[in-house]
Amino acid sequence: MTELPFDPLFAVTFESLTSIGFWTSVGILAGTFTIFTLGLQMNVGYTGIINFGQAGFMAVGAYSMAILTTGGPDGDGLINFWLSLPLAVLITIAFGLLVGLPSLRLRADYFAIATIAAAEAVRLFALNARDLTGGNQGLIGFGDEWDSVSRTIEGWLQDLGWSDPETLFPLLIVVWITAAILTVALRFIQDTPWGRVLRAIREDEDAARALGKNPLSYKLQSLSIAGTTGAIAGFFLALNLNFVNPTEFEPIVTFTGMGILILGGLANYYGVAVGSLIFWTLFEGLRFIELPLEEQQVAALRFIIVGLALILLMAFRPQGLFGKREEMVLGE
Amino acid sequence: MEAGTLSPSRELTPAERLRGWANRNPALAASAFLGVVVVVLVASKGLYDVAQVGLNGLSLGAVYALGAVGLTLVYAILRLVNFAHGDFLTFGAYMAYLVNVTWGLPLILGIFFAMATTALLGIFLERVMWGPMRTRGAGVLQLILMSIGLALVIRYVIQYIWSTDIRFLDVNVTDTVNFLGLRIGQTKLIVVVVGIVVLVAIGLMLRYTLLGKRMRALSDNLELAETAGIDTSRVILWTWIFAGGLAGLAGVMAAMTTDIRPELGFELLVIIFAAVVLGGIGDAFGALAAGLVLGVVIEWSTLVIDARWKTFVGFVILIIALVIRPQGIFGKSRAI
Repeated sequence: MTELPFDPLFAVTFESLTSIGFWTSVGILAGTFTIFTLGLQMNVGYTGIINFGQAGFMAVGAYSMAILTTGGPDGDGLINFWLSLPLAVLITIAFGLLVGLPSLRLRADYFAIATIAAAEAVRLFALNARDLTGGNQGLIGFGDEWDSVSRTIEGWLQDLGWSDPETLFPLLIVVWITAAILTVALRFIQDTPWGRVLRAIREDEDAARALGKNPLSYKLQSLSIAGTTGAIAGFFLALNLNFVNPTEFEPIVTFTGMGILILGGLANYYGVAVGSLIFWTLFEGLRFIELPLEEQQVAALRFIIVGLALILLMAFRPQGLFGKREEMVLGE
Repeated sequence: MEAGTLSPSRELTPAERLRGWANRNPALAASAFLGVVVVVLVASKGLYDVAQVGLNGLSLGAVYALGAVGLTLVYAILRLVNFAHGDFLTFGAYMAYLVNVTWGLPLILGIFFAMATTALLGIFLERVMWGPMRTRGAGVLQLILMSIGLALVIRYVIQYIWSTDIRFLDVNVTDTVNFLGLRIGQTKLIVVVVGIVVLVAIGLMLRYTLLGKRMRALSDNLELAETAGIDTSRVILWTWIFAGGLAGLAGVMAAMTTDIRPELGFELLVIIFAAVVLGGIGDAFGALAAGLVLGVVIEWSTLVIDARWKTFVGFVILIIALVIRPQGIFGKSRAI
């Protein structure tokens, strides 16, 4: 190799980009956030309600599952993992209704503030109610049932001829099957009369009311669906990390979801998965650009880029990659 | 109010009468409620503790109030829910750090530098972002997401330059001042006094000066104010100067009483929102009063429950406020 005439400012190590481990972890994150953002799409893209509390739904779902399964930090198991999942979804929906019932009557900007405050209240509760949530230590030890399923899938992969499959590969398969089912299901209900009412409410709430539809009731149902996808995303996040911890549910998680939503495009369910894949590939890929910087600076740089991208996207292409400008909720 | 004049077909229960009265006199009702809380606290914890903790709460309240006035002014006049406002506070804190610690100059210069640079940041962003977006008629979601993007950029540029290390301003943290048997740190006392003086000055400015009147005209109706011959772009510029300057000051004050981290402002933002909502979004006087009261009430909560629940208490107050009175304690009951 010839000498470069200058010192390279940065270099990219391509080996990591071709490793199966890298793509598995990116794939799981992208799948988890596809599920997470599908709920935001239903709220923001199709109902016109600006839900900034999705990270709170994710937290309620993940913590409910973990607490029900382990019985708290000092507990020795409460109920079966599989039984805890539907219960955790129901708890999250109940929480969503509790937040939505009073706050959905408010104007869009108030609702945004109310939901972000509710999500932060959940996170602070998880941080401080140590006997129940383990505080900043978090909760572990809820994944045994999943691990045995994961090993079964690993066995199948070995039967297919993959001698040493990635440990997290089964999670990748399941998260994307779930994401695909949810995407298709939500796309399907969008074409039902129920889905059309949602869009009518987004376009003109008074007109929908004049037709005898109760907007608040429909908005609450939309919020419940967001709660459901938030909770499911929370399960996958917890299984991926093998613990739940308050720092995983900071507001930036919701902001990331909003970024993915806008990137993929408003009012387009298929765009969500595309947006999520693009976001996580770039975001995780940025780790491998070797700049002459400290690790902390590289971490900061990634978020500076995300922030700039969000600003530029909102300024020049608010409808995202696949969104329809005429279906864009402008809020007023 | 029409319905109130009709004679009710049945006797109202005392609870309903109380609720009706509270709805007509929300500020009185809130004061009465606060009074009851104070009496209960004094009875159970003693006057000394309540006064001492309340005094500490005032320094916290001054930070909330200064942050809230700027946030609410920007909302009132530009209809912008600025999620980057908390990071304006952080920016101010680091600017003061630059002058006070890095350059080793007196803190007072740091305070002025922080206010000036944060105001300039506000003007700069108005010119390159908010102004053009307003011209294009951007919607609520678009603006909120832009302000979130901006919040990320400001916070992480700061983290890029100064890392996540916890830093401190060069202030006196040991000397205390005694009066009436109460004790307050010298620095905290400065924060309380400066905070209240600045807040009163801002209140008087809004009430009595021409600029203040124009600001209120714009917050009522921007187009109408423009038609009436008010130079709106000038008023908008001043709005950012006030919002930025006050945010910078609030950031330095937070830094003086606690420490400096890149998350400083964002962590204060939700409680500053609480002050804005309690005061009635867009109402500068309300935000000012609500900020001070919130600081005291949050500090009082530590008498009853563990101090680590402090922020949680603030969030719960915000949610309750949004649920029972979204127009704020001082707000008129218009449609929200």
